[in-house]
Amino acid sequence: MAGRIRKIARRSFLIGSVAVAGGVAFGVYKFRETPPNPLAPTDGAIPLNPFVVITRDGVTIITPKAEMGQGVQSTWAALAAEELDVDWEDITILHGPPAQAYFNSALFGEAVPGLAYKVGPTGAAIRDLAGGGAKLLNLQLTGGSTSTRDGYEKMRMAGATARETLKLVAARRLGVGFGELSTASGEVIARDGRRIPYADLAEEAAQIEPPEIELRDPSQWRYLGRTMPRLDMIPKVTGTARYAVDVRLPGMKFATVRMNPRRTGMFSYDASAALAMEGVEKVIDLGGGIAVVARNTWIAIQAAEAVDIVWEGPVYPETTEALNALALTAFDRSANSTPRDEGDVDKPQDGIEIAAEYEAPWLAHTTMEPMSSAALFSDGKLTLWSGTQAPILARDRTAEAIGIAPEDVELIVPYLGGGYGRRSVADFSILAARVAAAMPDVPVSVTWSREEDMRNDFYRPAAWGRFRGVVLDGQAVLLDGKIASTSLIGDSSPPADPDDWQMGDRELVAGAWDQPYGIPNYRVSGYTARTGMAVGYWRSVGASYNGFFFDTFIDELAFAAQRDPLQFRLEMARREHEPSAAAIEAVAEMSGWGKALPERTALGIGFTYSFGAAVAQVVQVSQRDRGISIDKVWIAADVGRALDPGNLEAQLSGGAIFGLSAAVSGKITFRDGIAEQQNFWDNDALRMQSAPATEVRVLETAYRISGVGEVAVPPAAPALGNALFRLTGQRARRLPFGDTFNLLV
Amino acid sequence: MARTLLINGKVHRVNLPDEVPLLWVLRDELGLTGTKYGCGVAACGACTVHMNGEAVRSCQVALGDVSGAVVTIEGLGSPDNLAVLQQAWADHQVAQCGYCQSGQIMQAADLLARTADPTDDEIDDAMSGNLCRCGTYPRIRAAIHDAAARMKAEA
Repeated sequence: MAGRIRKIARRSFLIGSVAVAGGVAFGVYKFRETPPNPLAPTDGAIPLNPFVVITRDGVTIITPKAEMGQGVQSTWAALAAEELDVDWEDITILHGPPAQAYFNSALFGEAVPGLAYKVGPTGAAIRDLAGGGAKLLNLQLTGGSTSTRDGYEKMRMAGATARETLKLVAARRLGVGFGELSTASGEVIARDGRRIPYADLAEEAAQIEPPEIELRDPSQWRYLGRTMPRLDMIPKVTGTARYAVDVRLPGMKFATVRMNPRRTGMFSYDASAALAMEGVEKVIDLGGGIAVVARNTWIAIQAAEAVDIVWEGPVYPETTEALNALALTAFDRSANSTPRDEGDVDKPQDGIEIAAEYEAPWLAHTTMEPMSSAALFSDGKLTLWSGTQAPILARDRTAEAIGIAPEDVELIVPYLGGGYGRRSVADFSILAARVAAAMPDVPVSVTWSREEDMRNDFYRPAAWGRFRGVVLDGQAVLLDGKIASTSLIGDSSPPADPDDWQMGDRELVAGAWDQPYGIPNYRVSGYTARTGMAVGYWRSVGASYNGFFFDTFIDELAFAAQRDPLQFRLEMARREHEPSAAAIEAVAEMSGWGKALPERTALGIGFTYSFGAAVAQVVQVSQRDRGISIDKVWIAADVGRALDPGNLEAQLSGGAIFGLSAAVSGKITFRDGIAEQQNFWDNDALRMQSAPATEVRVLETAYRISGVGEVAVPPAAPALGNALFRLTGQRARRLPFGDTFNLLV
Repeated sequence: MARTLLINGKVHRVNLPDEVPLLWVLRDELGLTGTKYGCGVAACGACTVHMNGEAVRSCQVALGDVSGAVVTIEGLGSPDNLAVLQQAWADHQVAQCGYCQSGQIMQAADLLARTADPTDDEIDDAMSGNLCRCGTYPRIRAAIHDAAARMKAEA
């Protein structure tokens, strides 16, 4: 990429163009409201991060978001293609390199204090501008259900700017007025029928100033608002999609790692038995563990287990009981955050008072593709293939670990075999780089065993909720919730910037303090524990446990008030947030709530507002001869605007099943400082026979658009637990429910 | 010792210890990476291939025990020539992360080869060994029913 950037000013960011070999690139080069990037030269070559690249070879749309199953690359491609007027089958997508200008502005917009559901147009603008702060953190992160919001304007702007610039070139070349030109199928078309393919205009387009543009009205959309065939679907059904674990290069060696499952160092190790195994080439001392390099991955895994290692002990308590006892001491200290304190919860209230305590366990991510990366270290430079959710972080940490400059790392992000937050940590990228650095000029594929993946995860921390509430005349008049959990902000989890501690504290109470319910006395406080356990972001983060605590307690309040639990929620939501009320009404209609049910069958409702989306679910359970079956889940979600209804349905259905999997059987326990669970046989998820049927309705009433990668997870556990209560009369206050209830799996 | 394998209609010679599982022969020796490693203990089904026309977990079949023709996802169909089942998977937009889908499709192909028009219970039985963390089960079920109907129409 070379030449001066030609730019136009737009909203909070600037779209520019720049010449590339044989064509032109359009993209964001700068965010207006942030300080200048100190790393960027002020004249000459300003870095531009392209979203649309047009050359003689055709149109490439760059989607710098990790494709981990959520369909983001197809949706981002559709956003640009909508304005660009290219045919779906002619689009090539590329993840693109790590780059500051690809930072996730939506993620940091959410860190602005205040209740997200109360945000109107002005507040939304402030939040979008505040998103510029993400740049300072080098945060190109796929997570937080933010991608759709992040790309919604940027990608359409890039596509529209490209289209209008190409039209300017065509007008000049054809000697006709700009207004006489239209575009379709990758061509500029004149009124007299003459057509010029974009590819033929691209090089000249790089020489002219992009014009001011307006985005098309949604009523004109052709791709957006429709279900598009995912661009990764054919590769994924033919085994041709490439994940990091699939990278194959000539002369490649295969390695695995075995790191201290207590996250400290090694006293000693004896690799003689491993080195004597046929096909083993090398054992590398990684300080906190070892890597074995072999002819194939299986031999490497066998040999790694054969290395006799004396591990150092953990910095955290060695058993689940001791670890949890330490975490619970957080309740003995003063609250670290009280983001909502309405009315006066300390004042005695008339009515029926109830209290309940809830518990959620430690959880592993268990992506289907175990942690893996491929790497080649040659001439002081590293090429790294890694399925990371945080490319800039992975690049910088990797460079630091092997003592090279970040610009000497070329990072390629293939498809991710599941992410769920696990791949936002840089550990697996760093280990692969260290193995490669120990074997210069030899490409190496580093695949973790499933056991290594489970015992060296960054777990969703266990959490506890202590709730107290009062109902009077059928209404909730007081809710006081206290939540304790291990802080997510530590050495291991991005963002690692100390300034982000606030974000960690906010996540600890997310899904409880921010619920759209009119309760006159409503307080939620967070108690931050520091246990030393390796913890991380897990799909829907704080809302993954708070959704369960808060909504189950709402259900308990409804029961105490002798009210229908759905109507109870609906009334509170109506007073506060219409889109949430609409979601609850929709799920009532879908599930036939209130109608007669077959014998030994019950429904439960769950509701959580998270990541900008109101999601209501109803779960149906039934008592069978051998146990309790989860028959069906109805899901109503308000996403503001539905860009791809089919993909939304897939995400919401899959998210609910993911949440139910954890609710039924998900847990990690510790003994001797090591996770006791080893593989899918002792840490399973729902399967074909145990997963419920799903029915989804997408609503578009909220002011802002929201993503859906996470939002169906939080209400799943309470909906199931509340159904189990209706079926059995026993309250489900402790996850996973399979420990208490005889659920069919 | 050197062994001869018939994979996707092609003969391969490999020289590896007999105990190396077929999964790793496919992935690391032959570069057939469509077959996935998920657990190594037959608990997830991601490595499912056909051996002698029967679905097997390739992580549990030692090289020394491989007999007869092996078919992997690459041998079932290709992007330009999709098998009926793969077409149904694409039409129902089944895959999310996609990592388990090779195994799901190979297992479903085995089911349909034995049971032309499976009931939901038969689908449950046949597919219970295949884990999908993204929770695509409802679409997998729909795609299997759809593929069964198409195969019937073609027969």
